[in-house]
Amino acid sequence: MSEDDERQQSPPSDLEFVSNKARNCNATGSGSGHPEFQSTYPDQVLENVLENVLHFLTSRRDRNAASLVCKSWYRVEALTRSELFIGNCYAVSPGRATARFTRVKALHLKGKPRFADFNLMPPDWGAHFNPWALAMAKAYPWLEKVHLKRMSVTDDDLATLAELFLGFKELVLVCCDGFGTSGLAIFVSKCRQLKVLDLIESEVSDDETDWISCFPEGESNLESLIFDCVECHINFEALDRLVARSPSLKKLKLNRYVSIGQLYRLMVRAPQLTHLGTGSFSPSDIAGQGDQEPDYVAAFAACRSLVCLSGFREIIPDYLPAIYPVCANLTSLNFSYANITADQLKPIISKCHKLQTFWVLDSICDEGLQAVAATCKDLRELRVFPVDPREDNDGPVSEVGLQAISEGCRKLQSILYFCQRMTNAAVIAMSKNCPDLVVFRLCIMGRHRPDPVTGEPMDDGFGAIVMNCKKLTRLAVSGLLTDKAFDYIGRHGKLVRTLSVAFAGDSDMALKYVLEGCPQLQKLEIRDSPFGDAALRSGLHHYYNMRFLWMSSCRLTRHGCQEIARAMPHLVVEVIRSADEEEMDDVVGTLYMYRSLEGPRTDAPKFVTIL
Amino acid sequence: MEVGRKMANMLGTDHDLNFKETELCLGLPGGIAVVAAGNETESSSSPKTNGKRGFSETVDLKLNLQSKESTMDLNKNLDDNGSKEKSGSAKDPAKPPAKAQVVGWPPVRSYRKNIMANQKNSSEESGNSGAALVKVSMDGAPYLRKVDLKMYKSYQELSDALAKMFSSFTMGNYGPQGMIDFMNESKLMDLLNSSDYVPSYEDKDGDWMLVGDVPWQMFVDSCKRLRIMKGSEAIGLAPRAMEKCKSRA
Repeated sequence: MSEDDERQQSPPSDLEFVSNKARNCNATGSGSGHPEFQSTYPDQVLENVLENVLHFLTSRRDRNAASLVCKSWYRVEALTRSELFIGNCYAVSPGRATARFTRVKALHLKGKPRFADFNLMPPDWGAHFNPWALAMAKAYPWLEKVHLKRMSVTDDDLATLAELFLGFKELVLVCCDGFGTSGLAIFVSKCRQLKVLDLIESEVSDDETDWISCFPEGESNLESLIFDCVECHINFEALDRLVARSPSLKKLKLNRYVSIGQLYRLMVRAPQLTHLGTGSFSPSDIAGQGDQEPDYVAAFAACRSLVCLSGFREIIPDYLPAIYPVCANLTSLNFSYANITADQLKPIISKCHKLQTFWVLDSICDEGLQAVAATCKDLRELRVFPVDPREDNDGPVSEVGLQAISEGCRKLQSILYFCQRMTNAAVIAMSKNCPDLVVFRLCIMGRHRPDPVTGEPMDDGFGAIVMNCKKLTRLAVSGLLTDKAFDYIGRHGKLVRTLSVAFAGDSDMALKYVLEGCPQLQKLEIRDSPFGDAALRSGLHHYYNMRFLWMSSCRLTRHGCQEIARAMPHLVVEVIRSADEEEMDDVVGTLYMYRSLEGPRTDAPKFVTIL
Repeated sequence: MEVGRKMANMLGTDHDLNFKETELCLGLPGGIAVVAAGNETESSSSPKTNGKRGFSETVDLKLNLQSKESTMDLNKNLDDNGSKEKSGSAKDPAKPPAKAQVVGWPPVRSYRKNIMANQKNSSEESGNSGAALVKVSMDGAPYLRKVDLKMYKSYQELSDALAKMFSSFTMGNYGPQGMIDFMNESKLMDLLNSSDYVPSYEDKDGDWMLVGDVPWQMFVDSCKRLRIMKGSEAIGLAPRAMEKCKSRA
């Protein structure tokens, strides 16, 4: 589970190609090689040594630093970077990227900003993968891995990947759209070395193509097949055969069209699985009456390596006890599509002593959260999603649940909590009990809602979080908030990189505090808050250090944004119009601005104006 | 489809008027044979006696142009209707107070919202009145698509969605003539709205009709599949608003 995972994955440790070359270089460097390589220049030797050393550098931040040392280091670093991460696909052009980095094996690209997930951006805004696919086809024929997030990928792009990259091994698409099962069919049929196909929360159109049958016959190299987001029927028999001929398969996440009976058959085939997405977790409608139910408990018991369990898309809670045998080993459990009660959760969670990641629906209520707190002492990440995402006065979880978690799960690092009510006291308690918090995202669904007990704004709670959680890098605020909350953030949130604000603040001062106070700020997304042009100006010193700024339904004017655009030539300032806005309105509906080496993009749709 | 092709074959690509031929041809493929067999319901001169196919008086073989116009007119009308509908609902006074639906709030991904909504729906109803899924093919496109007609409220919405769907195809190895450049959505929209490409659909009776013929809801209920075809092949299809509406009324 990797929603907004900021950490870079370590690149494939495929140093063969590289170290051979390095060995050759050393060999020739010592004078015993070909005459033309017989180099007497000490620089050359140093560069070879540097190349050898830099291969071991995996963190992209370290690599960025290394590339700044001097020209030689810049050159060598560029030669040795095998995994290329680009956080905003419009910050740099494919041509520029492929010109600098010539030996890339893995590409990680991110497109649309996060608020696009919530329908705040009209469709067809951009983030097309196509130009990248074409550029890489020319520059990196040995490309093995592509990881995309919030990009628009077409069926043709999938065909390109499979046809033009002979050694292609891994495709991960997170929150992407624009393709369908026919594209998948072409991709899997041509991609013979495929190890990983992970489709995560992506929109896949149903072209009625049986893509599962398109995997080539014979033993497959598949290690991971994740398609739980694909909302179409699949050919189960073909899937069964595929799993049977994939001895290396470790991760399998099924979609909701796979019944529990079919799940059973797959589990029997693949007891070596470490990550399992169970599909619907309910019987198919066609199950005959009086058919003997398979021994689900035994199937789970046979999966001794299972550490990550998810799915439960249409759960019939009666079947839950089947997972008891694996609970003790689970480090990750995702019940966020399972509408279960506290009583249904308790027998499970009480066995999950090793649990580190837990995603769940608020249907379990505060009582369920108390049960989690009682057992899961090792919990690092908790996400509580709403069954009914509307603004109401009542909700099943509240400050009680948060307090309990803070007291029971002291190692908590990351929390996302949707609720209808929250008190400052509970948030303050969490700030003190969980000092390791890196990510704190609290969503009080009622807009402008104060502390129900004291009637106060939520300023003090969030203030305590930034004050006490010294490692905090990501913060999302909600509830009734005055400028004071932002003053706290500016003063104490020195490591904050991502900040999400909605329906908060009183005046421009709030945004000023943040822009002036948070030197590490990279991503700032704001909606429906009373911040205007003056506030925008206060960030001029910092915008080149940021990946992007999003402000929608605030108080910005066109000429205010124009000023910024004029002052900062390497910033792309996009004004995005919603359907009912006129082009020449001075009021800005949505501002999305980001640094870029390329200037205004050429693929902007009509509703985007680049200032 | 057979009808359309026969039309094209018989008439070639020029659009000369030829009433007689067109009258004959616009029967079902079996229609001509039926005439030959002396089926008394069939009349070669009066298309109206054949309940399913026939010209309405206003349509002749300037068909391609006229049908374009009439289709475009229909589109315009529908657009007007669409906007009227929109403004109508905006004026609707019955909307509740301040905490009405806010776009994108709470910040739950639409993906997740849809799943939860689906779960609710399937537990609430046993038999799903469900989606009106139809296949969409476009001449020259390498892939089929499927659309759920219930997702759209008007022909314009459908047309936009189709343009978006098919604009992802590149020309690939296609030659310049006869094939279109799918890459550019606005170009595609122009094409769809021009004479070169015409959206048609197969209805419950198995007839192929021009899209835009009948009121939207009737279309959704009767459409079984969609084909976006080249204009020259669409000659055989005629706007049939009057015919079908009457026969269904």
